[in-house]
Amino acid sequence: MDQATNTGTAISVHDVNVGFDGTQVLRKLSLSLNTGGRLGILGPAAGGKSVLLKLLVGLVAPNAGTVQILGTDISKGNEKTLMRVRRDVGMLFQNYALFDFMTVGENVAFPLARLGETEEDEIAERVAARLKAVGLAGSADKMPSELSGGMKKRVGIARATIARPALLLYDEPTAGLDPVTTSKMYELIAADQAETGCTVVAVSSDVGALTGFASELALVHEGAIRYRGPSKAIAESEDALVRQFVSGADEGPL
Amino acid sequence: MIGDTTIGAIGRGTLFAWRELGGITILTGKVLRALIPPRLDGPELLRNMYRMGNRSLPIIALTAFFVGGIMVIQAGVLVKQLNAAGLVGWGAGYAIFREVGPMLIALMFSGRVGSNNTAELATMTVTEQLDGLRALAIDPIPYLVVPRVIAMTVCLLCLVILGNLIALYGGAFFAMLLLDLEFSTLYYSLVDNISWLDFVHGAVKAAAFGAAIAMTSCYFGVSVRGGAVGVGKAVNAAVVAAAISIVTLDFLLTAVLP
Repeated sequence: MDQATNTGTAISVHDVNVGFDGTQVLRKLSLSLNTGGRLGILGPAAGGKSVLLKLLVGLVAPNAGTVQILGTDISKGNEKTLMRVRRDVGMLFQNYALFDFMTVGENVAFPLARLGETEEDEIAERVAARLKAVGLAGSADKMPSELSGGMKKRVGIARATIARPALLLYDEPTAGLDPVTTSKMYELIAADQAETGCTVVAVSSDVGALTGFASELALVHEGAIRYRGPSKAIAESEDALVRQFVSGADEGPL
Repeated sequence: MIGDTTIGAIGRGTLFAWRELGGITILTGKVLRALIPPRLDGPELLRNMYRMGNRSLPIIALTAFFVGGIMVIQAGVLVKQLNAAGLVGWGAGYAIFREVGPMLIALMFSGRVGSNNTAELATMTVTEQLDGLRALAIDPIPYLVVPRVIAMTVCLLCLVILGNLIALYGGAFFAMLLLDLEFSTLYYSLVDNISWLDFVHGAVKAAAFGAAIAMTSCYFGVSVRGGAVGVGKAVNAAVVAAAISIVTLDFLLTAVLP
């Protein structure tokens, strides 16, 4: 957190290429975000949004280019550096990634428990408070297999945020949630950010909800950024592809 | 054309086998590195030992009991022809301690525990749980793989020792029932002729088989690709690789050990 505040830039991605099995997923992609910023990432399916998010936490290594997270270069793939940076990063996965051999409570407590810096009583209190905040009070003893997709998503949000990391990455945070819960989740994410001053990046296909939540948007298509700017201005973009994606029109380059 | 296809298939198979062997070797190196200095998750180790060891005991005991019986029935024909009842206890014990006990129990353990371990790790991999651990600054090798490797090695060693004793009792039971032999004849035949080296020989094999089952099952679990289909293929590959490892190691250790 201190590191991020000192540098002023939480995320700095420069000319990054990422490919798997001969397929180029990200192409010369560059992106930066100031500490405390709130960026929404949009784009058509299979355009590289989730890979970009995994790149930011070092789960995907770049073939070329540099990635600086909270002032530390993680593009070299050094395990010790990655582990140090990841302690300051929280991530919600698209498919929740809840540990199915742990209860909901143990899942949410895990980021605090593995640090070993918090008393058990305090962990229990914070777990209860987080579960209540995401509307799952009283679910601590359930197993993830007993929950619906939307409930798992909310447990994932609780787990990602409980350690109050400096950078929060959300992959489809409201997929599978109803409109009311979607609105509540974005309110919760915004309230957490206001309290901790963390930097937030959220990937979503829900254009309306993301436009309302994020101050800035980036549209990723075929591994490159086609739009980067204020949320309110995206509908007036000069790029026909961007306008078509935001409006959802049938006719256009997509 | 047939020749091309056959040569191509052999080439692909060879490349596949070497790639997987390389992957297992790299994972083994990572496991050994994680053990220096030891960084073990105690609760995870105990949880694995309970479900892998305790829960395997009934099926291993049942198998071992009848394996002992089979040894005696097979030997019975020769024993009657040669009038060599005094060698039944030694013959059964020698075969059980050195070969039959470790190998059959290891194959049973691989089918029950190894395949389950691969399915569990593979499911965790395809549902991004391993990435979830990495994102939380937890290395899955010391956290998930190392406790399983230790648990499987220790559990198979213990199960083989227990299974050998049960197999001896099974052999004695069927020898008394079917061959009309006295328990004391069997007992003295065993203790007078068997050496502690026979016991150590089997114990070393059991530990080696346990480590091999653990490494193959963990490797195919964490290296899986694809969804449910990938999990099925990983389990299949792990069971085949474990069986090949057990037989190969058995051959090598039999040749090397006293």
